[in-house]
This record gives sequence, structure tokens and C-alpha cells, in this order.
Amino acid sequence: MASALINVPKKAKRGEIIEIKTLMSHIMETGYRHTAAGQLVPRDIITSFTCRFNGAEIFRADLFPAIAANPFVTFFTIANESGKFDFEWIGDNGFTETASAAISVE
Amino acid sequence: MRKSHASTRRRFLGLAGSAAAIGMVPVVSLRPAGATPETMAAAIRNVVGTATVQTGKVKLDVPPLVENGNTVPMTVSVTSPMTEEDYVKSIHVFNEKNPQPNIGNFYLGPKAGRAQVSTRIRLADSQKIIAIARLSDGSFWSVSADVVVTLAACTEEVI
Amino acid sequence: MKSAGTIVAVALLIAAGIAIAPLAATEIPPAERRSGYSFMAPDTKAIQDDDTANPGMLWVLDGEALWNSKAGATGNACADCHNDARASMKGVAARYPAYDKALARPVNLEQRINLCRTRQQQATPFAFESRDLLALTAFVAEQSRGAAIAPEATAELAPFVAKGRDFFMRRQGQLNLGCTNCHDDNWDKHLAGSAVTQALPTGYPIYRLEWQSLGSLQRRLRNCITGMRAQNYDYGAPELVELELYLMTRARGMPIETPAVRP
Repeated sequence: MASALINVPKKAKRGEIIEIKTLMSHIMETGYRHTAAGQLVPRDIITSFTCRFNGAEIFRADLFPAIAANPFVTFFTIANESGKFDFEWIGDNGFTETASAAISVE
Repeated sequence: MRKSHASTRRRFLGLAGSAAAIGMVPVVSLRPAGATPETMAAAIRNVVGTATVQTGKVKLDVPPLVENGNTVPMTVSVTSPMTEEDYVKSIHVFNEKNPQPNIGNFYLGPKAGRAQVSTRIRLADSQKIIAIARLSDGSFWSVSADVVVTLAACTEEVI
Repeated sequence: MKSAGTIVAVALLIAAGIAIAPLAATEIPPAERRSGYSFMAPDTKAIQDDDTANPGMLWVLDGEALWNSKAGATGNACADCHNDARASMKGVAARYPAYDKALARPVNLEQRINLCRTRQQQATPFAFESRDLLALTAFVAEQSRGAAIAPEATAELAPFVAKGRDFFMRRQGQLNLGCTNCHDDNWDKHLAGSAVTQALPTGYPIYRLEWQSLGSLQRRLRNCITGMRAQNYDYGAPELVELELYLMTRARGMPIETPAVRP
């Protein structure tokens, strides 16, 4: 069960700069911690986050173990036309999650 | 006022550290080999190559004294018109004392409208953070910030 | 070895300004009560203030999905009996821990959810501190956001409140501390880098930055008990439920903040 929390304005004026906020459920295990028994806890992180608008990439991030659990990433974009934002998180152990949000531009 | 507060806390950190070392409370060490100013410099070279990194244009917002190093809010913004001719291509954030020097790379373009990203980071210790922006003209700009990380008073037992 | 550690720990408390004084047991006057929120730095408050920035909301979302998913031999979802949680669960978390007639003792919200699972849905209970139990608890408690904390003041519950109060006041552990020594007598001071708060559980389950996860009030209590170097209790132990109950009576009238964010 992995939840994403996306905040994109439903409506915007043409040319308006909008903020996009994203939260993704993930432990972001660093790969540097040990259990009480001394065993290394293997790394399990999200390594890449991408946002596309109507199919074209508008923002991308490489994440490292220094990103806190449940990664929160916010960025900006210009609302030029109505369409769909697609978000994609890719990580260790085959982790892949997607989410999307629509915007109507007037 | 803030200064004296911070130095008092640092004294407590020393005490807390010795309490942990004695073994009263088992703690998971968050700092194995660790990055150093040298490995951070190498990580920066990987991004900028031989280009000169100038100081300016970049703003790094992190609390100077954080309540918990496990989750530290951070915002990086770059002064840029963000037009097709002149925009920020990417922002790279580094640290000098975490287990590895990279924190995150963020790739944007002229359609971003504003060159600003926020996230939450982990800081294993009080240390320096550096943010570097690559502009569309190939130039690199940077800023650094020092963060004091306080330790939680009561740690949990290892799971 | 042990005594050296205790000396360091006691030195730490003295350095933090926490006097090892005789038990004072001065309870906080209602007008001076402050949520843990008010002790936080602006950056941490900002995480709680914005639902789209508060990671605790990820658990609330998961809890909503669980509320509507069928479970157990009956194949009933929570929603099949309780319908829309927004109406049926409003104010419920503000009354917990509450008295369970069959058990003849108080149960906390997590235990109530598990009793519902075993008695009504005929499903296996969730493990304490599991993601599912935290998620469902957070979703239910979030429906009470803003509601005034109001544990029932009944004769049935009174002896359990008294036991919880006794736990809070009693010195214990290698540091010989009672909860009251920090949370009644020294709540305006610091212990290492952390603010000593008033132990008013207004926002559980909380997203704790230290944990990088949601966690229950019992996890927090166990954390404190470890800090006191005292004998700990298992999740769900009567002692912890009684302590929860007493803490909720101390917080009576204060608004629920779930899912709160704390350092």
C-alpha cells in the first residue's frame, strides 16, 4: 500500500506560475543503518522522481539516501494549457508508483 | 541570544554523546565512514567538471538550528528570468558529513517559471550544505549554509 | 558501568535545568496548558499546518481505503456498519480511551478498532504499530480534528484514571523520575535539544520527525519510559492504557490535531 499526495491547482489562468507539491509514502532506508544484531539494513530508496505535462518532462529529481522518508518535493511550472500532469517515482527493489492530476487553464 | 543558546546546546550534545557511548541506550549509528569536505568536493567536480563555480544567485533556506536531523525542510531558489534564452537547467545539493556527499539533483527548464525547489533532507550531524545551480549559459553558481543539528533527548531502543 | 552511565545521565538532567527535587506534583492550571504544537519551531509547525505537506496525511489516506475495504469472515468493511466516517466517527477519538463493558476496563482507540475487527468483522486483529492499525486509527481520529478532548467522566472509569495518575506521579526507573517531574514541573525547559512539553496528547497518532513515520501514543510513552531507564510495558498493557486515559483527562477541552507533527 503506497499512497501519494499530490497538490496541483485544479484551475489556473494562462501564463500563471503554479506550485506543485508531492508527497510519496516510502521509508527511504539509507543502507547505512544496522540492526541491534549488527546486520546492515539494505538500502531501499526512491532514486528518481519525474513529472511530465501532457507527455513532456517538466521536472525531474535524482534522490539519494539523504532525502527524508516519505519524500516531499515541490516545484513550479507555468500553466500554459489545460492537460494532465503525470508523476512517476522509481526506486530500489523494483519500486515504481505513478499518480496524475488534471488542470484546466483559462 | 541565538548564539549563546546554540553553544549551550552543543555542550549538551557532547554529554548526550558520552551517555550513548557508555551504552546506557543502544543507538543505531547513523554515521559510518561518512562524507568529508574532500569527498563533497569530488562530488561537486562530478557535476561541474572543470568549470568555475561562482558565488551568488542561489538562495538556500534551511533552519540554522534544526529540531530533528531526520527531517529538515530545505528550499533552494535561484535568481533567474526563466526564459527560453536564460534559465536554470539544474540544481544540485551536497553535504559534507552525511554517509555520502549527494543530497539531490533537480532538473528544471524554462517552463518552470520559477527556479525554486523544496524537499526534506536528513543531516547526520551539524554541517555545511552547498547548493549549486547550472544555468543555461553553462555557468555555475553556488551558496552554502551551516546547520546545527540537535539530538533528541530520549532515543528509542533499536528495533 | 551502570552507575557511571547514571551519573552522566543525571548530569545531563541537571545541565538541562531539571532539578532533582522532591516530588512537587503541581498539576498545570487549565489556562496555562499548551499543545506540543506551541513548543515547535516555525518550520515544524509549517509541516503540520499544510495537509498537502503533512506526511501523516499519507496514513490517513491509507486508513480511508481500509475503512472501505472488506475484511474478515463476515466480509464487512467498517463502512458497511458505520457508513460515512465523516459523520459517524466525528468526535469519537476525543472520547478515547473509553470503557469496554465486556472487558470491564478502558480500551484505547487502536484496541477498539481491533475489537471491532475480532467481534464484528471476525477478522484477525492488526498488530500494534503496524501500518494498517496506525492508518485506520489516524483516519478515524482525523474525523475528530478540532473536536474538544472529552474522556467520559464516569464512575466506571474513575479508578482507571486514578491508576494512570498514580503512574504519572510515581518515581521509577534508574533515574528515579516520575512523568510529573518533567511534564508538570519543568515543561518550560529543555532536555538536551528538545523542548520539555506538557505531555498533552492532542494529536495522536503523530508523525514524528525523529521516527520519520506515524506512531501511536503508546510508542511515545514507551519511548519516554526507556528514557527514564524504567521497566517498560508491552503495547496494549493496562498500565499504558490507564496512563493514556489520565493524559487525556489532563488535556480535556483541548482540540484534537490528528495527524499532528512533532519533532
